[in-house]
Amino acid sequence: MALNPKKHEMPTQAPEVRAHNFQEVALGYTAEIAVEEANRCLNCKNRPCVTGCPVNVNIPDFITKIKSGDFEGAYQIINETSSLPAVCGRVCPQETQCESKCSMGVKFEPVGIGRLERFVADWHNANATEKAAAPASNGHRVAIVGSGPSGLTCAGDLAKKGYQVSVFEALHTAGGVLVYGIPEFRLPKRIVAKEVETLRDLGVDVQTNVVIGKTLTIDELFEMGYEAVFIGSGAGLPNFMNIPGESLKGVYSANEFLTRSNLMKAYLENPVTPIMKGGYVAVVGGGNVAMDAARTALRLGAEHVYIVYRRSMDELPARREEVEHAMEEGIDFRLLNNPVEILGYSNPDDPRDPKNGFVTGMRCIKMELGEPDAKGRRRPVPIPGSEFTLDVDTVIMAIGTSPNPLIKDTTAGLEVNSHGGIVVTEDGLTSRENVYAGGDAVTGAATVISAMGAGKIAAKAIDEALSAK
Amino acid sequence: MYRIASKKQLNPTVTQMEIEAPLVANKAKPGQFIILRVNEEGERIPLTVAGVDKARGTVKIIFQIVGATTELLNHKNEGECIQDFVGPLGVPTHTDGIKKVCIVGGGVGCAIAMPVAQAFHEQGAEVTSIIGFRNKDLLILENEFRACSDRLIVMTDDGSYARHGNVTVPLKELLEAGETFDLIITIGPLIMMKFVTLTAKPFGVPVTVSMNPIMIDGTGMCGGCRLTLIRDGRRITRFACVDGPDFNGYEVDFDEAMSRGRMYFDFERHAHETACNLLKGANS
Repeated sequence: MALNPKKHEMPTQAPEVRAHNFQEVALGYTAEIAVEEANRCLNCKNRPCVTGCPVNVNIPDFITKIKSGDFEGAYQIINETSSLPAVCGRVCPQETQCESKCSMGVKFEPVGIGRLERFVADWHNANATEKAAAPASNGHRVAIVGSGPSGLTCAGDLAKKGYQVSVFEALHTAGGVLVYGIPEFRLPKRIVAKEVETLRDLGVDVQTNVVIGKTLTIDELFEMGYEAVFIGSGAGLPNFMNIPGESLKGVYSANEFLTRSNLMKAYLENPVTPIMKGGYVAVVGGGNVAMDAARTALRLGAEHVYIVYRRSMDELPARREEVEHAMEEGIDFRLLNNPVEILGYSNPDDPRDPKNGFVTGMRCIKMELGEPDAKGRRRPVPIPGSEFTLDVDTVIMAIGTSPNPLIKDTTAGLEVNSHGGIVVTEDGLTSRENVYAGGDAVTGAATVISAMGAGKIAAKAIDEALSAK
Repeated sequence: MYRIASKKQLNPTVTQMEIEAPLVANKAKPGQFIILRVNEEGERIPLTVAGVDKARGTVKIIFQIVGATTELLNHKNEGECIQDFVGPLGVPTHTDGIKKVCIVGGGVGCAIAMPVAQAFHEQGAEVTSIIGFRNKDLLILENEFRACSDRLIVMTDDGSYARHGNVTVPLKELLEAGETFDLIITIGPLIMMKFVTLTAKPFGVPVTVSMNPIMIDGTGMCGGCRLTLIRDGRRITRFACVDGPDFNGYEVDFDEAMSRGRMYFDFERHAHETACNLLKGANS
């Protein structure tokens, strides 16, 4: 049988259709395509793909199961190491992880591992009837702070081993960034809800509306009888550029814009939470969050959406597929541009003019790439005299976050680094006994899968520490 | 779900509720706030804590019916539940070392000012309270303030009760007469807090203001509640939810805060009208 050099394309909604709805962009492989794609896997001996996965999914084994049509068997293999396969299959940057190591990728396109993972997880969710059963309790209690990817992973791994796990979530819905940050069209919320439901079936107690550092402190969790705590509280306060005009009406952080749309459902008709819709929108930044914000703005009815990024396409950090999707949908990439000021309306004759204080435009300056910086990325340098104005009504700042102070400020002896990230050992242990941490709270803004990897490592370390007691 | 333990109408547009939320009641201090959602599809709104009863595990909130969500909340009765209630959020009001304080409250802001006045009273500080309302019908908490104030001055904008005029009038009189305060704390509409700050400025009295900007998560994630402080000529961004809600009045850019507060004015007015119509329909 001749080898197909290309991976099977992912069926998607047509760009001109999906740009106006919030339904999922990628529709998923059919069983036939999945089997054909699985057959591209060489099942090579040294399994490089597994080393590319932060949670070491046994990739060739689950793909072998797909080849024989045993989709549930494939799911069970993924489930041994990953708590959130339906999520990872959708949001992992496979091109820099498992698929970047694939032997097929040396000469051809790598196997579509992410697409196969998603297929298997979706098949399981649609067809499996048996609920996960809570294992017998081992009597140890563990508290997890935050219900994002690291917290859910840590909770799942510990629950499967018989730990009594409580997850404390500050918001009213569990899921963290999977719920407030990543939009419906990329990760439907029913999938996150399903993963949380599976954890509940495993006996995990998920408590919403509890802010650790405010409602309860880490020390109080120990007083309540928890023997170990995992902090997966995520990234914190949004960064702004500190340029004039950032407090004008119509300037959002990406966190706020996405939270309004995703968590508070401002994208629905007649929402209870308002959001600025339509008009011309500029999103500042080049990461996944910037792509999500731009494509959300488009779907909310924007006439035109710019991505304004100070470096070039080669440095743009977003997941490739999202960039391609954004371009297909008509997002206008203004690369090597940097904002210097946001302009607002001001009626000198009427201080009560309702238009006063709303955004009218953004001054930008053109950039060129200079010498490489410490990380080896070429530093963008402004070109003198190249300023110009983009006429926009909304500006969304997607330039990262700084760690949240709530837990650090209320936990004596918890060491943080100069950026405010929690300091941990290789095992995720903090400077406090029996307190572990992982995900963005440690690393600053990163990916869902790396947070899951950290949750997994901490779960293993917690198990070793508590079972030795 | 969080049960409404009691409900009381303080005036035609202001309602007081006690909500069963033992974890919040156990922690909340004057100056802090909570965020609630009335129902599953509801929006998140911040409300400042107006008191707690630790023994009963209840948190007191006092709210003015100004929009769709407060309208909906006001239609809930004692014994019914609200969907979400989280807190206490924000930094408590600093009361340490203050021996003589002036509390200036305006309208429903008095609901928040009252527990602050009580806290100072309990720690033995001399408390002067100046509370102002648009008219007699809107007056709230007069007796409660009297109980915790060494001196109480009540003002109405239209003169329908007590003294006629704004809260800044008696404040200015006191300061001009040589009265000294370690601190003035003002809680109420932005425009009032701005003018209280301006009134105090020539006398060099420190002023703390309680900001209540638009907010979503309330835990330092969304940045919607940001405001600008002007410190040593530099403009710096702060977040009311984790850095506040109390700020040094002399540093706050009030005009910007007022402008930002009106961002969704049209949306909110429309939503409130829709909610009123819906609720009218439900009751008839």
